[in-house]
Amino acid sequence: MTTTTLTTTTAIPRPARPPSAAGAALQVARRALLKYIRTPGLSVMAIVQSAMFLFSFRYVFGGAIQVAGSSYVNFLVPAYVASIVLFTGGGISVAVAEDKAQGFTDRLLSLPVPRLAIVAGRTLADSATNIWSILVTAAFGFLFGFRLTGSVAGGLAALGLCLVYAVVFTVVFIVIGLLAPGVQAAQGMSLIAFVFAFISSAYVPATSMPGWLQPFARYQPLTPMVDAVRSLIAGSASDVGLALAWSALLIVVFTPIAVLRYRQA
Amino acid sequence: MTPLLEARGLTVRFGKVTALDGLDLLAAPGEVLAILGPNGAGKTTFVRTIATLVRPAAGQLRVLGADVARDPMAVRRDIGLAGQFAAVEPAMTGRENLELTARLFGHRGRAAKKAAAAVIDQLSLGPVAGRRTSTYSGGQRRRLDLGASLVGAPRLLLLDEPTTGLDPASRREVWDAVRGLVAAGTDVLLTTHYLDEADELADHVVVIDHGRAIAAGPLSDLKASTGGTVIEVGVADEAALGAAGSILARVTASAPRFDPAGRRVSAQAAGGTRELAAVISALDQAAISVDEAGVRRPTLDEVFLTLTGDTSTSTQTNTSTQTKELR
Repeated sequence: MTTTTLTTTTAIPRPARPPSAAGAALQVARRALLKYIRTPGLSVMAIVQSAMFLFSFRYVFGGAIQVAGSSYVNFLVPAYVASIVLFTGGGISVAVAEDKAQGFTDRLLSLPVPRLAIVAGRTLADSATNIWSILVTAAFGFLFGFRLTGSVAGGLAALGLCLVYAVVFTVVFIVIGLLAPGVQAAQGMSLIAFVFAFISSAYVPATSMPGWLQPFARYQPLTPMVDAVRSLIAGSASDVGLALAWSALLIVVFTPIAVLRYRQA
Repeated sequence: MTPLLEARGLTVRFGKVTALDGLDLLAAPGEVLAILGPNGAGKTTFVRTIATLVRPAAGQLRVLGADVARDPMAVRRDIGLAGQFAAVEPAMTGRENLELTARLFGHRGRAAKKAAAAVIDQLSLGPVAGRRTSTYSGGQRRRLDLGASLVGAPRLLLLDEPTTGLDPASRREVWDAVRGLVAAGTDVLLTTHYLDEADELADHVVVIDHGRAIAAGPLSDLKASTGGTVIEVGVADEAALGAAGSILARVTASAPRFDPAGRRVSAQAAGGTRELAAVISALDQAAISVDEAGVRRPTLDEVFLTLTGDTSTSTQTNTSTQTKELR
C-alpha cells in the first residue's frame, strides 16, 4: 500500500533530498522580508516612528539639554542611529511571537529544515530591515541638522559599527520573542530595551544622572557602544574594542538560546 | 509491511502535566485514522509528537519505521503538518506560499514551481492562487494550508482539527479536499472533536482520554457501542422534566441525562424514530407539553461519557487489545 501512496501522487513530485541550510535560511529570510515590505504597518511605521522620536529629541527636549563640547544635535544623532533598533526592535519580537502563536513556526519545525537555518534566516531578514532603518535614520539625522565634525572615513566607520549593532540587537529581540508567552507579552517584554536606551550616555551625559543611577548607565553595554560610535566620528577609536567585545558577547550568548528555543517552540 | 504509526508506552510531559500517559497505538498504512477526544485529552500533543515538535519523555514512537526521537529528520521528510491554525503568510500569494514550503521541503527552482502548480491543481486553488492569502476566506485559507503540507509529497498527512472555527460551507470544502487526497493515496491522520467529521473522513478511530487510548477500531463499532442514536426532549415546564425523564427511561431502557437549565432530557435510543414515536405518544398521554422532541446522533460528549463510564474499569484491557483491533 505504501507503493500506491507514492505512485498515485505522481502529480506532486517528492524532493530528492532535504534543503541545504543556506538555501532554507534564504527562504525563511525572503518570507520575512516580503512580509515587512508588503505590510505598510511594519515598513512605513518603523520609519515614521524613528523620525518622530528623533524630531522630539532634537527639537522638543534638545533645547533643555546641555552637553559639554558639542552641539546637542551632534551629540544626539550618532547615539540615536546606534540605538534606533532598541526602539523599533519590538516589532521583531512581536513577529517572532506571532509566528509561534499562529502555527508558522510549527510548520517550519515540521519540515526537514536544519534548525540553525530558521534562526539564521530570521536574523538575516530582520538585520536587513534594521540596517534599512539605520540608513533612513542617519539620513533624517542630517536633515535635522547633524554634521560630520571629523573625516568621512570616520563617519562611515561609525555607520558600519551601527550596522554591527543592528545584527546584535536583532538576535536579542528574536530571543525576547521566543521567550514571550504570547504576542502581547512580546510587545511588553521588548520595552525593556527602553531602559537600556534611556539609562545610558545616549541621550544625556551619564554624569548628569543621580549618583545611584550612574553605575548602571556607565557599565551597561549600550554606553560603550554609543561612545564608540561618537569616538569614531570624532576621529579616535576609544571604546571601539569594548563595544565590539560587548557585541560579540551578546551574539555568543543569545544565538544558542535562539536555536534552543526554536527547537522547543 | 511497515506500520504507519507505532506507539509504545508513549509518554509526554510538560513540566508536571502529563499530556500523553503511556499511549499505545498501531496503525497500518492505507487508512484514514481519526483521533477523537475532548479538549485536553492529548490529541494535539500526539500530533505534535508525530511531527517531531515535542520530544517524548518515555516510550517509543515510530512513523513509517523512523523513530521520532532518534531520527527526526527522516520523520520530517515523510510527514506534512496542517495545524489548528492556517499557517500561511498573509502577505504572500497562495502560489508564493506553496513555493516557499516546497523549497523548504527540499525542492529546487523549477521543481518547487511544479510541485506548487500540482497542488494548486489538486486542491482547485487556481482561481485564487495569484491573490494574497489575506484576501482568502477561512475555507480557502485552510485548503491552502492543506496544500502547503502537501507540496513535499509526504507519505503521512497530519491534520490537527482541520475544520475548527469554520462555517459549514467551508467545512465541506475542506472535507472534499481531504477526501480527494485520500483518493489520491495519501495517508491521513486527523484529530477532531466532531463526531460527524470523523464520520465523513475516517475509516478507523482511536479515542484518547487523559493521554491514553481508551478505545480503537472501526468507526461503526464505536458508534454501536454508544447505542447509535439519542432521543432528546425539551419540555415547556421545568416541573415536568422528571416525568418526561421517566417516560424516556421506560421507552428506551437507558438512563436519562437531565439538563435542567435547558429544560431538556436525553437518552440513548437504539430504536431511533420508532422509540421517538412511543415517547411522544406517552408524553401526550401524560399531558406533558413539549417544546421539541427529536432523534439525533450522539454528540462526542455523549460517546465519551459512555466510553469513559463503561470502560472506567476496563481501560487497561482496551488499551492492550486495541493493537489487535487496529490490525
